[in-house]
Amino acid sequence: MSEFLQFTFIGLQRGAVYASLAIALVIIFRTTGLLNFAQGEMAMFSTYFVSVAYDAGLPLPAAVVVGVAGGFLLGAAAQVLLVRPVSNRSMGNPLPIVIVTIGLFLGLNGLAPRMPWGETTRPFPVPFGTGSIELLGATLSHRTIGTLLVLASEVAVLWLLFQKTRLGLALRGVASNAESSSLVGIPVNRMLTVGWGLAAAFGTVAGVLSVEGGVDNTLMISPLVFAFAAATLGGFDSELGAVVGGLIVGVFSELVAHYVDLVGQDLKLLPAFVLILLVLLLRPQGLFGRAQVTRV
Amino acid sequence: MPGGGELMADELLRVDGLDAGYGPVQVLRGLGFTVDEGEIVVILGANGAGKTTTLRAVSGMLPASGSVRFKGQEVLGRRPDQLCSLGMAHVPQGRGTITDLTVDENLRLGAYTRKDHAEISADVASWYDTFPRLGERRDQAAGSMSGGEQQMLAIARALMSRPTLLLLDEPSLGLAPLVTKELFARIADINRERGTAVLVVEQNANLALSVAARGYVLETGQILTSGTAEELQNDDAVRQAYLGR
Repeated sequence: MSEFLQFTFIGLQRGAVYASLAIALVIIFRTTGLLNFAQGEMAMFSTYFVSVAYDAGLPLPAAVVVGVAGGFLLGAAAQVLLVRPVSNRSMGNPLPIVIVTIGLFLGLNGLAPRMPWGETTRPFPVPFGTGSIELLGATLSHRTIGTLLVLASEVAVLWLLFQKTRLGLALRGVASNAESSSLVGIPVNRMLTVGWGLAAAFGTVAGVLSVEGGVDNTLMISPLVFAFAAATLGGFDSELGAVVGGLIVGVFSELVAHYVDLVGQDLKLLPAFVLILLVLLLRPQGLFGRAQVTRV
Repeated sequence: MPGGGELMADELLRVDGLDAGYGPVQVLRGLGFTVDEGEIVVILGANGAGKTTTLRAVSGMLPASGSVRFKGQEVLGRRPDQLCSLGMAHVPQGRGTITDLTVDENLRLGAYTRKDHAEISADVASWYDTFPRLGERRDQAAGSMSGGEQQMLAIARALMSRPTLLLLDEPSLGLAPLVTKELFARIADINRERGTAVLVVEQNANLALSVAARGYVLETGQILTSGTAEELQNDDAVRQAYLGR
């Protein structure tokens, strides 16, 4: 029992990271209807920003703020320089933009080791330290608690932003009906830029939370796959779904890896793939997603 | 054009030599018309005459050439959101409901260009008085309402920006005759009470002419004839083609 609980705790911590990246995927999907395959690499890139700011002497929280701001700019720039020109020419066909995000994935991954911050893995502090507490016979690390708290505050910030601010209302309006939104005076292109910036800003937090020992350009590859599983499970148009989906995926893959010998630590991605497949077959809109209903 | 000089001072919208279309298909050919401040003007035309294209070109949703002067300045080439900030609100064909937002959020989004928070809430409340059905459904997703309710919402949303000119694209489309009648009565009220000028394109010529001051008849992208509402109602050609009597 305590062993089960132990791996559940570990799974929750991993799951909170996946949830946090899945939130970024959901923000882009809700504002643009697109899957951003570069979301993980953008998070990896802005985690380098955090690491550089930290090494320059800033305390970790301040360095994270710098990285989040850098992530926002990176996401906004990607939208303005790459996504917007292509989407203006693709006449509503999403495929060219998906290809752009895959190109961005490869580009950022290739670029990261060649940036002035150096080729090798950069050392990075463990967020929330290495302490722990005992709970019901299992060890609950400070890191797990901190990660879950960060996730909870991300959800709160997101909820306040989308439900309580004029900007959030405009972002939701553009996501639901871009044409009508422009007719009530909303600059649609600027909103899409903000949406990409916000997603990348949230992605930065996922990047920082997922660091194990150091930052390199493989940091977000497997979290991205898990985050896609999380968003698929929760529903791509639901932030709540992203969070619940992320936690389920984290715990599920950790428990399967531990209890099913065939899977083990080497095939940890397998449960995530199985989950994606099952959701797509049984409930394509995900747990919290809305099935598309159109009234004619 | 009757009046001449004195009327020019009140001119809100002047469209001249407007050409627009979709790709290789030219729909509008040198279109010209005017709307004065506080006036209701109707553009009549059959399916495919270019009514929707006219409004889309005027409000910046469609690339066009020629001239569109609004409040004395050339606005051709500006984006719809910029024109909305200038005071032009457009209710698109099919109502343009922002389906995932609630009725209340649709109205508040309509006030995006305004900063006067207290007045915005007062305006929302006054729309619930005008259209009680909207008030009853304020927290409901807008996409779940009936066609008539969505049309009321679309007009209220557009007017939340407190425009000087309202463009209405076939408001009667898909509505029951009684609902349409009520809708046009409301449009006339709004025009009278707020002084909002209205440019409406319609197939339902009877109703539209009953509230309009002037009208134009559009055929294959050109103005065929124009006149006061009364003149058009008594014009034999117009009666045969659009009034069915």
